[in-house]
Amino acid sequence: MSFATAMEVNVEARRILAVSISKLYASRSQRGGLRLHRSLLLSMVMRSARDIYHSSRESEQPNGEQPATEEPMDTNCDPKEKARLTPDLADTSADMAPGVSDKLDESDCDITEDKENLSPAKQSRKRRGKASAAPDFLPSKRARLEPGEERYAAPVGSCRAGVGDYRSALTLNQVIPAF
Amino acid sequence: FAGVAGGNDFQWCFSQVKGAIDEDVAEADIISTVEFNYSGELLATGDKGGRVVIFQHEQESKNRPHLRGEYNVYSTFQSHEPEFDYLKSLEIEEKINKIRWLPQQNAAHFLLSTNDKTIKLWKISERDKRAEGYNLKDEDGRVRDPFRITSLRVPVLMPMDLMVEASPRRIFANAHTYHINSISVNSDHETYLSADDLRINLWHLEITDRSFNIVDIKPANMEELTEVITAAECHPHQCNVFVYSSSKGTIRLCDMREAALCDRHSKFFEEPEDPSSRSFFSEIISSISDVKFSHSGRYMMTRDYLSVKVWDLNMENRPVETYQVHEYLRSKLCSLYENDCIFDKFECCWNGSDSAIMTGSYNNFFRMFDRNTRRDITLEASRESSKPRATLKPRKVSTGGKRKKDEISVDSLDFNKKILHTAWHPKDNVIAVAATNNLYIFQDKIN
Repeated sequence: MSFATAMEVNVEARRILAVSISKLYASRSQRGGLRLHRSLLLSMVMRSARDIYHSSRESEQPNGEQPATEEPMDTNCDPKEKARLTPDLADTSADMAPGVSDKLDESDCDITEDKENLSPAKQSRKRRGKASAAPDFLPSKRARLEPGEERYAAPVGSCRAGVGDYRSALTLNQVIPAF
Repeated sequence: FAGVAGGNDFQWCFSQVKGAIDEDVAEADIISTVEFNYSGELLATGDKGGRVVIFQHEQESKNRPHLRGEYNVYSTFQSHEPEFDYLKSLEIEEKINKIRWLPQQNAAHFLLSTNDKTIKLWKISERDKRAEGYNLKDEDGRVRDPFRITSLRVPVLMPMDLMVEASPRRIFANAHTYHINSISVNSDHETYLSADDLRINLWHLEITDRSFNIVDIKPANMEELTEVITAAECHPHQCNVFVYSSSKGTIRLCDMREAALCDRHSKFFEEPEDPSSRSFFSEIISSISDVKFSHSGRYMMTRDYLSVKVWDLNMENRPVETYQVHEYLRSKLCSLYENDCIFDKFECCWNGSDSAIMTGSYNNFFRMFDRNTRRDITLEASRESSKPRATLKPRKVSTGGKRKKDEISVDSLDFNKKILHTAWHPKDNVIAVAATNNLYIFQDKIN
């Protein structure tokens, strides 16, 4: 893929990612609740866009080395913003997933999401309004992930150890279908 | 241009339009489902406000036998109300997702209507007589003073103005965690199925407090979810067979005799994907929005975003016919994703003889395909062509650079005017087309 095409695809992929995220957020306040089918399709588009975004980033390295988080060769956009996009996505998705799976769960479900027994450290009592939930151009409060790195939670003494594992094992790959 | 689904002299013409002419459409008035009953005498519509309106075909008048009779309002009732699920803090929409008629067994008519969570069986019956001359109450219904009653009389049935009553006879609730997308009455006339995103339940029409779960595709770990159920239908003749379509563009045919839980399909229909047409949106546009068996039961038809496919139940690896509905939209998928149109769920239907199929598009266009001649036609449901018995002119979307006269360019299409729901009379060439809040009825010109 030529550099110019890769760049176009990159921009397009980012745009589609941004559109998809805003649709996901909008669907949370939709009448009738979260629509599983629509959420699934959105997540598939996001995953395609993310894959293409990553692969076009890799092809931007002409000598094939692993792309560093800071990319001095990429002059087309703010490297900090671009590097932030993916961890923000993971961050957002990780935050959203428990809320989403609450909606999707039924009482006999095997996904371990027990709000009552979550330790206070895990469960945020803060009501997330629309403004505070939007991640797009806000700096992430959590550590920025290197590409390929996974986020691990600190061990917490919780009644439901499985919940901790569930959240810590989240990568974008797993989280997207959860919508 | 010889019309579709008929002889050479066949042409479609306008018959009636129902609904307000207002430019400002109330969301509650948007029609969400259209269905003829088995005889075609009744035509039911459901809307986003949870109401059902039933039209009845009036007999042709003796004075003008060359005209088909018209459909007039027969009954209107509120089927579903908005509800609130307190446990999940979710509103349950009152929008009627589907209406399915039961075959008529006596003077009354029965239909099933469903919203996202609850299915209801409605009885629609006529009353044209009233008993008069009760002993214990007077004509107003007030109880008579017993001391005033000096003689006995037998009440007499007197004619009255026709009253059509709709009453809910069964309520099938609390069986679906996800949103119901389909209901289908079985050919045994005793059972029916209901499908949501992940499960399909089999009900007995008499029993409301339980149902059998016959398909469950919910993964143990929701993170592994890759597809959902998008539509389901019972086979028209074999009461043990049903199909369900998925968001991945596949159809599974199941036989209920094989197992109590039909998670393993009997047949699996999938067309291999054309790798050259892959894009960001390949998965969305391959999602099947509707599946319908042919009346014969030999074929089934599926609708995805850009095409309609006819499948022979005996051949699983590819459809026998594919019809492009609006291929010119393939290059516009990104815009259609942004304005949400790519998520629109179009339905499709067969004509009575299975020789033609119909489906909707944008700009109030709808498309018909003749399976025998392979001819197709695009027609428009618009107020402009709504003069009595006016012949519908075929429409064309220009795809090349040069736009011919009377053609409309892709960029001029109105994507807010979408025809998602259409129905074809089971016997005659009469079609009902829902255009937002208006219901258009077209019929063939009797020459």
